[in-house]
Amino acid sequence: MGVWIMAGVTFREAVRKKVLWTALAVGFLFLALFGTGLHYQVKDLARANPVIRRQVPNGILMVGLYAVDLLAMVITVLASADTLSGEIASGTIQAVATKPVMRWEVLLGKWLGFVGMMTVYIVVMVGGLTSVAYLLSGATALHLVRGAFLIWLESVVLLDVSLLCGATFSTLTNGVLVLGLYALAFLGGWIEQVGAVTHSPRAVEVGIIASIIMPSESLWRRAAFEMQAPLVGALNISPFSNASVPSLAMIAYSTIYLTVALVLALRSFSARDL
Amino acid sequence: MPSPESLASSSPAIQTRGLRKQFGGKVAVKSLTLDISRGEVFGFLGPNGAGKSTSVKMLLGLVTPTGGKASVLGFPAGSIEARKKTGFLPEHFRFYDWLTSAELLRLHGRLYGMRDVQLRKRVPDLLEMVGLAAHRDNRLRDFSKGMMQRVGLAQALLNEPDLIILDEPTSGLDPGGRRLVRDIIRTQRDRGATVFLNSHLLSEVEITCDRVAFIKHGEVLEIRRLAGSVENETAVCVQARKFGPEILAGLGHWASGIQSGDQQITFTVASMEALPIILRYLVSHGVDVYEVTPQRLSLEELFLQIVGEDGGL
Repeated sequence: MGVWIMAGVTFREAVRKKVLWTALAVGFLFLALFGTGLHYQVKDLARANPVIRRQVPNGILMVGLYAVDLLAMVITVLASADTLSGEIASGTIQAVATKPVMRWEVLLGKWLGFVGMMTVYIVVMVGGLTSVAYLLSGATALHLVRGAFLIWLESVVLLDVSLLCGATFSTLTNGVLVLGLYALAFLGGWIEQVGAVTHSPRAVEVGIIASIIMPSESLWRRAAFEMQAPLVGALNISPFSNASVPSLAMIAYSTIYLTVALVLALRSFSARDL
Repeated sequence: MPSPESLASSSPAIQTRGLRKQFGGKVAVKSLTLDISRGEVFGFLGPNGAGKSTSVKMLLGLVTPTGGKASVLGFPAGSIEARKKTGFLPEHFRFYDWLTSAELLRLHGRLYGMRDVQLRKRVPDLLEMVGLAAHRDNRLRDFSKGMMQRVGLAQALLNEPDLIILDEPTSGLDPGGRRLVRDIIRTQRDRGATVFLNSHLLSEVEITCDRVAFIKHGEVLEIRRLAGSVENETAVCVQARKFGPEILAGLGHWASGIQSGDQQITFTVASMEALPIILRYLVSHGVDVYEVTPQRLSLEELFLQIVGEDGGL
């Protein structure tokens, strides 16, 4: 019961404090820009060869999805970084933690609230972007649902790490740490791609190690692999390159990773002094 | 065999044995031993840094003790069962400022497991009680510090608790607010609830509490019944004439530390119950009594005497 109460209040907080609305408003601005760009691109390609005419909008759609992914991850971290450390520092958490609910219920409820918020955001943004792309150019993402699910999974990974660190560190340290890990995974992903193209197995290994430390980037690259048209994937060095596609084992690893991070966050929050 | 409920209701409100908390190398609470009965209004006094807040947090399960034992309402301190019947007002009550005061109370009521039907009546009643009925739909972000304390007090009473723990409840309150807190404490005591009051406003404690514990460096120095009580040892000064050594010797039945001056006798009684007997004795032996004054220490004097002027720093 406590879980649902806390989930409700966390979701409502995102709505009432205008976090979700602001994120969506910026998102719509982004969709408008995307639509305008795509519109002119399609017009100017009218006389090009049919393969290019089909592939270029597909490529632009992937760029749009990449930007949505980036936005979603930043919003995940910004929205959740303060929820534990901030409430512990201000003493707000004391009023809740002294009620007859278990600590894990409080945190799991918050987790559900954030997951709900991010689900709405990702569905609206991915849905909006692919609809705009389809209406203006006929471009489609290949396995859209699979891709969107992987973006969602990536958001949950970052949420769990943010809650885990938030149970221990201050808000600022937490934010810096989680975004730092995200950047590390991002860099690792590029090193892996370049390594694959230049046939440098050790560089590929460095990338894989980075993905083991933080699997966010490999989830995005698997999402890109699932959604993109084959020709876009063949562009070797790009955020959507399938020069070195993360395996299904990596997806399984990410799932274990996020589960362990959540369990550790629950344990750490339950054990700490407030 | 008694049921767990009947055991719990006959158990002390708070019982601790050698409760200890250490943060790294720093001892916050050394060894806290307390017995607080049901229905008492108990004051918890001590200088800054004496370990009062940490003790309260251990009772509520916010902080895990390093050693010792604590039970609240017959259940382990911090357990769900204990928290069900406990209300708590934190020192600086803060909550999501985007909620209205009525929404805040409904949310906390639901955390107590109360149903919407109950809350529809309880929430307006409580807002009325703390003087916020007119502000029920105002957001907390527009509330003053005093208004936040009032709404915090209301959420601590939602579940009609058997134990109410108030951490500095009058900080941030104006005189009207302080009187409100006093009235609420009395109402709760009359209802049979136990009130644990952590405060450094000695005048407040003096008015409301039955007993007080003085703590310093995380240990109880002394527990006293307060001035209003007849059970306290009290020094008495009598202005009188026509008394001799045999009269003074006779006083020894009921009093100790007897001293006399020209027209004055001073002594100490273990209980104020002895005073009328002593007066009858003096008068019946022909002593002219002009004035009898019990020399009570104010709580502030008592505090300084027990805790020391340095405040434990």
